[in-house]
Formats: sequence, C-alpha cells, structure tokens
Amino acid sequence: MRRLSTGVLLVSAAAIGYELLLMRVLSIIQWHHFAYMIISLALLGYGASGPFIALFRRVLEPRFEQAFATCALAFSIAMVAGFVVGQRVPFNALEIVWDRKQLLNLALMYLVFFVPFFFAACCVGLALTCRSEAISRLYFCDLAGAGTGAVLIIGVLLVAFPQSALIVLVAFVLIASVLVGNSTAARVPLSVGQFTWLVALAIIVFNGGLTLRPSEYKGLSQALQVVDARALTQVSSPLGLLTVVDSPTVPIRLAPGLSFNTRHVPPEQLAVFTDADGMSAITQYDGDRESVAFLADVTAALPYALLEQPDVLILGAGGGSDVLLALYHGANHVDAVELNPRMTELVADTYAEFAGHLYDDPRVDLHTAEARGYVAQNDRRYDLIQIGLLDSFAAAGAGVQALNESYLYTVEAVGEYLADLNPGGVVAITRWVKMPPRDSLKLAAIAIEALERAGEVDPGRRIAVIRSWNTVTLLIRKGAFVPSEIDAMREFASSRSFDTAYFPGITSADANRFNLLDRPWLYDGIQAMLGDSADRFFADYKYFVEPATDDRPYFSHFFKWRSLPEVMAMRASGGAGLIEWAYLIVVTTLVQAAVIGGLLILLPLSLMKRTWVGGTRFGAYFLALGLAFLFVEIAFIQRFTLFLSHPLYAVAVVLASFLVFAGAGSAYSLRLADRAIARNVRPVSIAVAGIVGIAAIYLLILPWLFGRFIGAADGLRVLLSVVLIAPLAFFMGMPFPLGLRCVAEQAPDFVPWAWGINGFASVVSAVLATLLAIHFGFTIVIVLAMIIYIAAAALRVA
Amino acid sequence: MNATCQSAMTGAVYQGTAQRALAILGLLLVLPVFADDLVAQRADMVDEVRRYADAAGDGSLRGDVLQSMNAVERHAFVPHAQVPYAYENRPLRIGYGQTISQPYIVALMTDLLDPQPGDVVLEVGTGSGYQAAVLSGLVARVYTIEIIEPLADQARGRLQRLGYDNVVATLGDGYFGWKEHAPFDSIIVTAAATHVPPPLIEQLKPGGRMVIPVGSQFTTQWLLLIEKGDDGGIVSRQIAPVRFVPLTGER
Repeated sequence: MRRLSTGVLLVSAAAIGYELLLMRVLSIIQWHHFAYMIISLALLGYGASGPFIALFRRVLEPRFEQAFATCALAFSIAMVAGFVVGQRVPFNALEIVWDRKQLLNLALMYLVFFVPFFFAACCVGLALTCRSEAISRLYFCDLAGAGTGAVLIIGVLLVAFPQSALIVLVAFVLIASVLVGNSTAARVPLSVGQFTWLVALAIIVFNGGLTLRPSEYKGLSQALQVVDARALTQVSSPLGLLTVVDSPTVPIRLAPGLSFNTRHVPPEQLAVFTDADGMSAITQYDGDRESVAFLADVTAALPYALLEQPDVLILGAGGGSDVLLALYHGANHVDAVELNPRMTELVADTYAEFAGHLYDDPRVDLHTAEARGYVAQNDRRYDLIQIGLLDSFAAAGAGVQALNESYLYTVEAVGEYLADLNPGGVVAITRWVKMPPRDSLKLAAIAIEALERAGEVDPGRRIAVIRSWNTVTLLIRKGAFVPSEIDAMREFASSRSFDTAYFPGITSADANRFNLLDRPWLYDGIQAMLGDSADRFFADYKYFVEPATDDRPYFSHFFKWRSLPEVMAMRASGGAGLIEWAYLIVVTTLVQAAVIGGLLILLPLSLMKRTWVGGTRFGAYFLALGLAFLFVEIAFIQRFTLFLSHPLYAVAVVLASFLVFAGAGSAYSLRLADRAIARNVRPVSIAVAGIVGIAAIYLLILPWLFGRFIGAADGLRVLLSVVLIAPLAFFMGMPFPLGLRCVAEQAPDFVPWAWGINGFASVVSAVLATLLAIHFGFTIVIVLAMIIYIAAAALRVA
Repeated sequence: MNATCQSAMTGAVYQGTAQRALAILGLLLVLPVFADDLVAQRADMVDEVRRYADAAGDGSLRGDVLQSMNAVERHAFVPHAQVPYAYENRPLRIGYGQTISQPYIVALMTDLLDPQPGDVVLEVGTGSGYQAAVLSGLVARVYTIEIIEPLADQARGRLQRLGYDNVVATLGDGYFGWKEHAPFDSIIVTAAATHVPPPLIEQLKPGGRMVIPVGSQFTTQWLLLIEKGDDGGIVSRQIAPVRFVPLTGER
C-alpha cells in the first residue's frame, strides 16, 4: 500500500506539474488564452477516465497493479507525445475568423493534450475504485501530490527551461510505474516497456525533438525572419521566456507614439520578446542625451512637460525605456519596479554596457517586485508614477489580449497610486490606441471613479488625456491642474501634432485637430462620463468600459453581447478588428467543456446497466463538490495574489496550501465520520458548516486583514496566507472522501462515475468561475460556492 | 558513392522529374477551364469589394482601382496550397509569418493613395508583391522594399515573370525610404511599425499621401492616412475600414 500511495502521489504531482508546464509552453508557442482553452478541454481527460474505469472495471480490478503501472507508463509517453506533436499541429489562432479548418486543428490540439490527463486520471481513479478501503489515504496522496507538484514545477521552471521540466515530470511518472508495477506477475513486459520508452525518450531529446517552436505569427518568429536578425540570449522563468534579438541590417526601432514632427530617430535597440511576443526594447545609450532625443517626442513624455526634476516611480520597467525617458527629462530620482528578475538581469548585467549602465546610474534604484505590492509597501512619495506600454501592439490590435486578471489597472490601484503622490504630482499611464476607443475610455472611467472614491467632487479638474495615432497617455493629478500646466500640456501636444482628448476646460474644437477621427470618440466619452449621463453612456457604448475593480480585475474585458451580431456581420468587410475575442474564447471554452464533458459522462452512463440506486443524488453531490471546490480555490487564489503581491508565489502558496490541507482534511474525514455518526450528526454537515462559516468570516475580515498586513515582510505574509487557508481547505477536503465512502458502501459500481463527474465539474467550474468573476466579481463566486456546498450537504449523501 | 546509394538517388531524381511532368501535364489539361474559372472568381471578388466599400458609406472606390484589381492575378501571388482561396475576400498565408492582405483592404489602401498616372510610389514591405502589382497599373513607377530575403527574392522574380516592368523590388531596410528615387507622390507602408519613420515623411512630396494599415497579420484595425500639405504641414486621419458607430442612443 505504501508503494501505491507513493505512486498516486507521484502521478498527481506530475499531472498538475504538466498542466502548469503546458500553460507555459502553450503561452510560448501559441497565445495565453488559447493555452487556457486547450488545457481546460484537455483536463476533461479526468472526467473521461471515470466511464473508462467503470466499463473495464471487471477486467482491470484483478490486475490492478499492472493496470496502474501501464497507465502511468502511457501517461509518461503521452506527456512527451503531447509536447512534441502539439507543437507540430498547424493551428493558427489568428486565422480562425477566416479559415474554418483551423477549428479542426484546434480539435486536434485538444485531443493531443487530452490523452496524458486521461491516463493520469486513470491511475488515480483506478486506485480509488479498486482500493476503496483506503480512499481517504489515497485521496490525501492525490491532493498532497498535486500540491507538491504545483510548488515543484514552479521551482524547476525557475532554474530550467520547460523542456527539462518535462523530463523531471516524466521521471516522476516512470518511478510511479516501476514502484507499483514491478512487484506483479507482469514485471517482465512492464520493464521492457519502461526501458524501451527510456531509450526512445533519449533519442527524442538528443534529436532536438523537444525544441519549442513558436507560431510563425508571433513577434519573435517574425523578427527572426528579417535578414541577418538573430537571437542573442534566451532566459526562462515561470514568468516568461525572454529572448533578446539583434537585427543589425534592419535595426529594431521601437518608439511608440513618436510624433510626425520629430527629426529624431531612435538609436540602435535590442528587442526583448516575452513568450515570443510582446516586444520591449533595450535602447543603446552612451550618456549622450542627443542620441535619445526622440524621447522628447512621444506621448509618454507629457508628464515631463509639467514637472521639474521629478521623483519618479516606474511600474513595469521592462527593457528600461521609461527609465531612460525619465533620465532624459532630468528626473531627480527614479525607482524602477520590474516583476521579472530575468528581465532586470538583462538590462542590469548582460546588456548593461549596451544600455549605458542605465540601472547603475546613481539616480536610479531598481526593485524586483510586483507593482501593487511595491506601492503598498513603500512609503516614499513621488512626483510622477508612470505605467508604460506593457503588452504588444499586435495583441491589442487583434483583440486577442488575454482576459486575465490585472491588478495594475483597477480603481483601488489608481487610488493607491494617487495616495503615493506629492501634492501636484501625477500618475501617467500610456496605452495603445484602439479604434473605437476601449482601453483609454476604461482607464478614464477608472481614474474618475478612483478620484470620486477619494472624495473629489469634480474629477474633471484632475484628468488630462492626449493621443497620437497609436498611443494614448492619461494623466491624473494630485489636486486640480493649474492654468500654467494646462497651457504647457496644450503646447506639448500641439507642437508635436498630438491631439488633446481631454483637459479641464477643453472644447470640442481642441479635440480633433491633427490626427483626425470621424468623431472625437474619446473626448465625447470622457465628457459623458464626467457629466450626469455616465450610466447611460456605459449602457449605450458598444464596448464594456465600466471601471475594473480589485473584485472584478478584468481591464481587458470590453466585450458586450449586444454588439456581437453587428460586428460579426462586418467581419469580412473590414470589421474583424472590432471583435473582442478573449471573452468569446472563455465562453466557448465553457460551452465546449460542458457539452463534451457532459457527453463523455452522460452518454456512457445512460448506456450502462445500472447496478445501483440513488445515482442521481450521488451524481448531483459530486457535481456540486467539483463546482464549489474550484470556485473557492480560484476566488481565493485571486484574493491572495493581490496580498502576496506576486503571481507565482500566490499560485504556489495558495494552490499547495489548499491541496495539502484539503488532503489532510481528507485523511481526517473518516475519523470525523465515526465521531459524528456516534453523535447522530451527518459528517458532511459538519464539514460544510466549517467551510461556509470560515468562508463567510473571510469575506468579512480579509479586506481589513490584508490592508493591515500588506506592508509586512514576504515571509510573514506567506505564513499568514498558509494559516488562513489551512482551516478552510481542511474542511473542504472532507466532503469528497466522505461521499465516496458512502458510495463505495451503497453503490460500489458508482465509484468511478463519482470520480469522473467530479473531474468534469472541476473543469467546468474553473472556467465558470472566471466568467462569473468577469460579470459579478469574486465575492459573488465565493457566495455561490457557499450556497452550492450547502446544497450538497442537503443531498444527504454522507 | 556506392551503387545502392547512387541508384536510390537516381530513383529520387527520376521520381521527382516524373511527378513534375505529370503535374505539368495535368495543369495543361485543366488550365483553360481553370483560367476561365479564375477570371470569373476574380470578377466576383472585385464585386464583393465594391459592395463592401459602398456599404461602408464613405464614397465609392475609384473605378480604375477596381479595374486594376480585376487585372491582377492574385492566385499568382500566393503559395500553391492557397490558390483555391486566392479569390476569397480574406488574408492568406504566404509563409515566413507573413500574409497577403485581404482584397478589400488592398482596395481601400490603394484608393486612399489616390494614385495618378504620373505618380512615383514607394512601398515598404513588398510581401508577395500583390499590392505593388495592383499599383503598377495605376501609376508610373513603384519602388518596393522587403526585409525578408526569401520573400524579396520570390516577389522580385514573380513581378518580373508577370511583366510588371514598372515595379522595382529590392531587399533592404525601408526605414530610410529610398533616397535615390525620392521624393515620392505616395508611400504605402505595409510592414507593421510602432511609429511612422521620420525619413519617410521627409521623402513624401508636398501634397503627397502615405497609407499605413494598423493591426495584426490577419486583422486590419484601421488605416492611417498621412497627408503632407503644400506647405509641408502634416495631417493624419484614422480611417475605419467599416462603418461602426460605437455609441447608440439619442446623443
């Protein structure tokens, strides 16, 4: 049994490791949200293992160890096969609107990645089914394995490329296969299989079969097509794969929002691609100001028209463009904050000479930190807080920006930035222009809301917006703009042929002079939002531009159902850029998961001869648990992401804590059951009471608690997070094994179905939680989870 | 070289020749029918482009622009595998991470350049050479620059073969324009750019026009039209390819 427990632990660790690894790999070779779509579907392999085990139980149960070992071997093979084959499927996400055949390629991607998860789930499902006497222990190993796997893969990715991480996972699963299988009668054929696979794997590795191949339409691939261009350096971390490209013949020239009137061209630059896209640049600098004079003529330079020798905070320093911008304009001091340490190393070490030792400048302090966390923990005051262009123009232009959570652009975030300003200081945010405007309007909406929350009765006095043909820069001032500043901004804009979209006292004649639009939509929109008709404007506008908040942190969510028929009808006649794909992809993922998952479960279930009673009730119970568990987990990962102020630590700490403590809860659940039954109480009622009670308390106290401890040291915040998650997760680990034990007693043939239904519900739940959070916020997601848990308890299964 | 290897190679060469011969034979057999079919498809495509432009409501496209598009064999500008879709109104892959633009967008851009018979035009980003070919019939001369070597070679050969003698194609960096032939009556930049190269603005004649499509490989968001006044002043316009009013209601 010890060997089996270890085997389950290793397989579960590898499965979650593979999931997180795939997210990385698919973000590199494809685009982030397609990665999300493909993996969600692939995880249905968990659901599908249920029917498979149910169908073949009679055959597999007597040879359980061999079956487990074979599935583990198949899992390890499928992991590599997915990695190799998945990269060679000619799926082109950008072409879906034009070419229906891409849907077939997408389906092929689903299939390729479905197989490994199917086999992983078969291992665990078989163990739970065939060794049901040890359910709570095995379920503990499953959860603890998953928790360990999550931490492990992030650790491995910190030091190794994704290809090497894959080998580690394969090794885990092969060990599981050997541990469980090699004490059985089928030892010889299994060993031959395991050995052959090792040899094949070595051949694949040495022939470069695992090399990553980004889509030819990603920025990196395109840059490398240019004559004489070459990749100089590649560094990897869980935060992204960074590739530095030098293009001597056709130089890289990144200067977003450069004025038409300028005489200056950017000097030599190196491109830095994140996950093969999202180009930023390291600009050559030898201390000669004149060589970077183009920096005076971009919209992002606007704040420097108002400020003398400012103290500057740059959030998202990247390749250092904004730092150079600050130094060029004579900043007194610059705090440069960048999340990815690999990125700062490139500028500060590897290419320090090229970048003119930008980060060694006595005026510059470099901080490797997450932006919100840095702002919360730092008590320094600034004259300027600047957020530059962080994502790629192509992604913005194609409407395929990932719809992931961003805490950089929320009402609360802007409120915190404002609080860190000296009187007269400004927050400056630059974004790519979209047409019709989306980001810029939402940004203005966020600024207005933040100012109102801070007690400003006339937010219009404190906002200014200018635009070039492709960038828009918004300023939010601490205190009202004074007339001399307004004059300076108007002069800055008109001398560079930038249009003013808003400043206090603007008239429509000021709004559309140089870069002409058929209507000054941005000006109109901001006027409407500042007037009495803001609500009507939000309702009438064909994109969703209401402010993003920490509870609904989806800045890039612009989609409205109402506009869909109109834009879809125009997609061939030039309207393809009007479609906001990211949201549609989330919805499509949900519908697909529900339909395919439903078919995978319900179809075989309806065909099976039923040897049990109470299947509907059991089914509903495990469906509810799958939904509710992931709702809570995902919502709290988000809450803690902000608190731990680092996306990786948050996922690692929160996921691992949830899984490990849920595992502990599972292990304890049977003891609880015995005690509860002795006192004539349903054990699941105790578990659910624990979950609902704790979650309710957290909803009330977490905002206060986080506000109080956000400034604490990293270690203390991690500790506090673990302590907070532990009791909640402990209770959440109980309902599943409690239910499964009852099913094993009352309807043993239903056990694999319970496993399958739970797996299916988990997949649907993860996507549904995102969709609910987009529309209603994470608080509602948690409340819904509480209701579902109560409903599950009311089913009286355990 | 040993005998087995040699015979294997001869076999491969022979097989290759035979395949090619068969393919040519097949092509000769179907070509007359196929060609007629392609002409009809092309006319349909141009019709569709005209209808879209009329629906967009900013005035009709110039007749000679549409005629020129009707004269250019788009199927000769795409890889073999894409020929069946050559006259669909959509962007197509041409390899190297590049695309041939959607015909509707090509028509809009060409129309915006307001080409005149005596014009000298600069194109930055040759791609397949299709846009240059469309312009070829409307202006005196087209200079076109491409930064991806195989594409530049292919396009140059293709334009020569098809007889577009007033198009001069080269491999190189388009950022600094083409000084020897400057100034230009109009410039079209089909390569993605984060800013408009100042040297290109300089090489535009007073009264000249520059057009830049903005977006990604498969989706054009809008077109940027830059006009240089007779006094050298610059005015730009962001032109949506489609009529879409973002605000409804009675305002």
